[in-house]
Amino acid sequence: MPSALPDGDPAPRNGALPAAALASLPDHPWGVYLHVPFCRVRCGYCDFNTYTVPELGGDGASVATYAGAALREVDLARRVVGQARPVDTVFVGGGTPTMLAAGDLVSVLDGIRDAWGLAPGAEITTEANPDSVTPESLAELAEGGFTRVSFGMQSAVPHVLATLDRTHDPANVARAVAAARAAGLQVSLDLIYGTPGESLPDWETSLRAAVDLEPDHISAYALVVEEGTKLAAQVRRGMVAAPEDDDEAAKYEAAERLLSGAGYDWYEVSNWASEPAHRCRHNIGYWSDGNWWGVGPGAHSHVGGVRWWNAKHPSAYAARLAEGASPAVGRETLTADQRYDELVLLQTRLVDGLPVERLREEGQAAVAGLIADGLIEGADAVRARRVVLTLRGRLLADTVVRRLLDLT
Amino acid sequence: MATSALQPHATPPELIRNFCIIAHIDHGKSTLADRMLQITGVVEERAMRAQYLDRMDIERERGITIKSQAVRMPWEADGQTYCLNMIDTPGHVDFTYEVSRSLAACEGAVLLVDAAQGIEAQTLANLYLAMENDLTIIPVLNKIDLPAAQPEKYAAELAGLIGCDPSEVLRVSGKTGVGVDELLDEIVAQLPPPVGDADAPARAMIFDSVYDNYRGVVTYVRVVDGNLNPRERIVMMSTKAQHDLLEIGVISPEMMPSKGLGVGEVGYLITGVKDVRQSKVGDTVTNSAKPAASPIGGYRDPMPMVFSGLYPIDGSDYPDLRDALDKLKLNDAALVYEPETSAALGFGFRCGFLGMLHLEIVRERLEREFDLDLISTLPNVVYEVTMEDGKEIEVTNPSEFPYGKVSDVREPVVRATILAPSEFIGAIMELCQQRRGSLLGMDYLSEERVEMRYTLPLAEIVFDFFDQLKSKTRGYASLDYQEAGDQSADLVKVDILLQGETVDAFSAIVHKDKAYAYGVQMAAKLKELIPRQQFEVPIQAAIGSRIIARENIRAIRKDVLAKCYGGDISRKRKLLEKQKEGKKRMKNIGTVEVPQEAFIAALSNDSSGEKAKK
Repeated sequence: MPSALPDGDPAPRNGALPAAALASLPDHPWGVYLHVPFCRVRCGYCDFNTYTVPELGGDGASVATYAGAALREVDLARRVVGQARPVDTVFVGGGTPTMLAAGDLVSVLDGIRDAWGLAPGAEITTEANPDSVTPESLAELAEGGFTRVSFGMQSAVPHVLATLDRTHDPANVARAVAAARAAGLQVSLDLIYGTPGESLPDWETSLRAAVDLEPDHISAYALVVEEGTKLAAQVRRGMVAAPEDDDEAAKYEAAERLLSGAGYDWYEVSNWASEPAHRCRHNIGYWSDGNWWGVGPGAHSHVGGVRWWNAKHPSAYAARLAEGASPAVGRETLTADQRYDELVLLQTRLVDGLPVERLREEGQAAVAGLIADGLIEGADAVRARRVVLTLRGRLLADTVVRRLLDLT
Repeated sequence: MATSALQPHATPPELIRNFCIIAHIDHGKSTLADRMLQITGVVEERAMRAQYLDRMDIERERGITIKSQAVRMPWEADGQTYCLNMIDTPGHVDFTYEVSRSLAACEGAVLLVDAAQGIEAQTLANLYLAMENDLTIIPVLNKIDLPAAQPEKYAAELAGLIGCDPSEVLRVSGKTGVGVDELLDEIVAQLPPPVGDADAPARAMIFDSVYDNYRGVVTYVRVVDGNLNPRERIVMMSTKAQHDLLEIGVISPEMMPSKGLGVGEVGYLITGVKDVRQSKVGDTVTNSAKPAASPIGGYRDPMPMVFSGLYPIDGSDYPDLRDALDKLKLNDAALVYEPETSAALGFGFRCGFLGMLHLEIVRERLEREFDLDLISTLPNVVYEVTMEDGKEIEVTNPSEFPYGKVSDVREPVVRATILAPSEFIGAIMELCQQRRGSLLGMDYLSEERVEMRYTLPLAEIVFDFFDQLKSKTRGYASLDYQEAGDQSADLVKVDILLQGETVDAFSAIVHKDKAYAYGVQMAAKLKELIPRQQFEVPIQAAIGSRIIARENIRAIRKDVLAKCYGGDISRKRKLLEKQKEGKKRMKNIGTVEVPQEAFIAALSNDSSGEKAKK
């Protein structure tokens, strides 16, 4: 997640949620996100809330004590939402989750299981750096209940990896994928396109390399130059070229062509799966009004139209929990109009799209024009009365959303 | 300081001295005036507000006196108390007519010149007007306390101009007060007293009128013949409008009601009218019961020279803009406007101004005092178009310029006077050449300073001529201009088309030789300023149906944010909420969405478009 926190209202010290929000728990998917805010080195493009060991200093939070702080937040969450329902999905992201010992990750998962139980067939994912896993650590994760691992492959081209400050040897990715498979884990690979200096053939090389590893799932993200990163400084000084939309569009089209050719179907703007069962259910929760508790520094949560976010720095986060207080520093209770904007914004990103009848009058009035402009699928709109993006529409999803919300 | 002031209405004309100060902006007129108020005891030192006479904030910030006023000051010389009336004059070329009326209210003028800078073109223009009005001129160098002062050099320059001896040029410092007593003595000694017929029907000339929120219009007059008294019924001779004199008095330094005003006196009238148009500068006031046979002369209606469309950025502010213009009009007899509709900019007003400064002041007051966000179109002049069938059309808005069978187009021209160090002669000639100027003559004021006289089309100087002149002469040149009739010219209208639709706000009337450059520049600028759309957008510049320049805005292919997970959602939604706000600031030209910022940037003076690109 991006590291800058939004403006919002203050969050109550005990983390309590309004009854109306809690009422949504039984009939919406329930997920837990665990943020691990540590990395060995910070990559030049990354503005996520993560820290290297020297950046942390000595107070409060460290890699060694982090699982304990996270477990305290799980306890708080259990008190706030009550029994709720068994957890459908867990997703551990970062940072680099595998900076924590596998045993620490498993102990937090155990805490989650103790709090609410895990639903049958629950999806339990961790992100991982191909360099920081071993067959043993992967096996330990699988035994502890993890079902899925998502590797940050980013690229298979050395000069692209170098620009991104990624240090891994592309060969490590193959070894890591094989080890994860051997451990019985589903595998997803993350790729980044649009890195300065990356040619279209470079990108196609990376796509082919990813496909050749036969993962269950592939995510492909356009590189965004975020304020405050080393990459942004380099772009500003003219040391590297800023990514260009046209180039990224061509690369997205290449991804769709290559991935669909290899049997991966898109189910969200940036995500492809080898079969519907391999779609990431945790992430689908974000886009379809699911509830989730985000554990960890800077983590965001959502329950029934209330969004909140935690203190960013691991020390501040740990200190609040040590006092028995909620680590949340801001929240917003969405109005009906805001929830509608989010519905349109998020659900149109999905291959299942948005039912036309969920749209307000001005949105429904925009549908025909969007079909005419080739931005949404005419057949889906006519037969299933759903707004589903075309390939062109996926690239111009912001335009589609603005037109559905009558902002043009 | 005088021991006791003379009473208004009972002051013999021979003890009155009416004078003004002619000076360039920032040559220290206001400081000197303040010092005079203090030395004559009109303003106590502790009540001294810096630059007492310039009341409007904008004036003070810009160092420009827009509205003149008149202050009555007692002064004792050779044991006799005199009454000095200091009449403040506007200093800018846009207000030449108002300056001429202020001068007509005086018998003499203090020609005030910065001892470190020498005389400037505008000062020269006003000096010329003063001499035409037979005013006695007292040459004065100000700021002699400055280290950079060159009093010998500029005394010689002034002496050469008005034909006196350099030793007769007074030297003062408004800041320290040095020489100001002597100056006041010289005003008494050198200026002739006013002359008029005390027994004749009253005649007073209006040299200014100002709208005051509490009192209505305050009219400043100089009595020429007879006298004006409280509760009389008066007549404005140009309009025949009658009013009751609710109050009459002098300013010293605030309004002080008096028993009346007699021959040669300067003061104010209040009649309760609410609109300065009922109290026009230059008009003659007389007594309704015993009217004068003829007015004083020299009156004329103000004539707008420059036009521009003013539009609210938020269309819903249109009624507020109308109300604001209605209010400004009360205090600005020269402002004219009528409603206008632009396909690109919505509802607004086509406004006429005396010149560029007047335009800027009005716009700034609208934004500042009425809290309006405005776009103004490129300023233009008035064209007289004659069609082949003999029909004549007056064009004040380029979009009304007729297509087709035009036989003649006439444009206003001005006589411009430029003063500058002689090293810049080449640069100035080049600039004036580019602006279709023709050189009338050139004189050396001194070894290093030159006066150049040009005829220039007004249209060529309303845009950025003064800025260009300043930048090409490192700020040293000064400019003055006066209307000088009109001329036929080979003028065409260039339209700018977006996706085949004419954008009326960008149409311009330009000389045929410059049409191509305008078209190319505007198309390139818009290409930078208009965000890419879902489809390719051609930008064309055209004269009639002939395309003279073309650019393309390529279609946008990707706008989606690649990642949208937990923490991205609030951020993304807030972005959308911002766009909702921004929607108000979007205009549709056909199917092309153009942000207001693009119009503002494209219409700004900045020819490179660099500013807008951020």
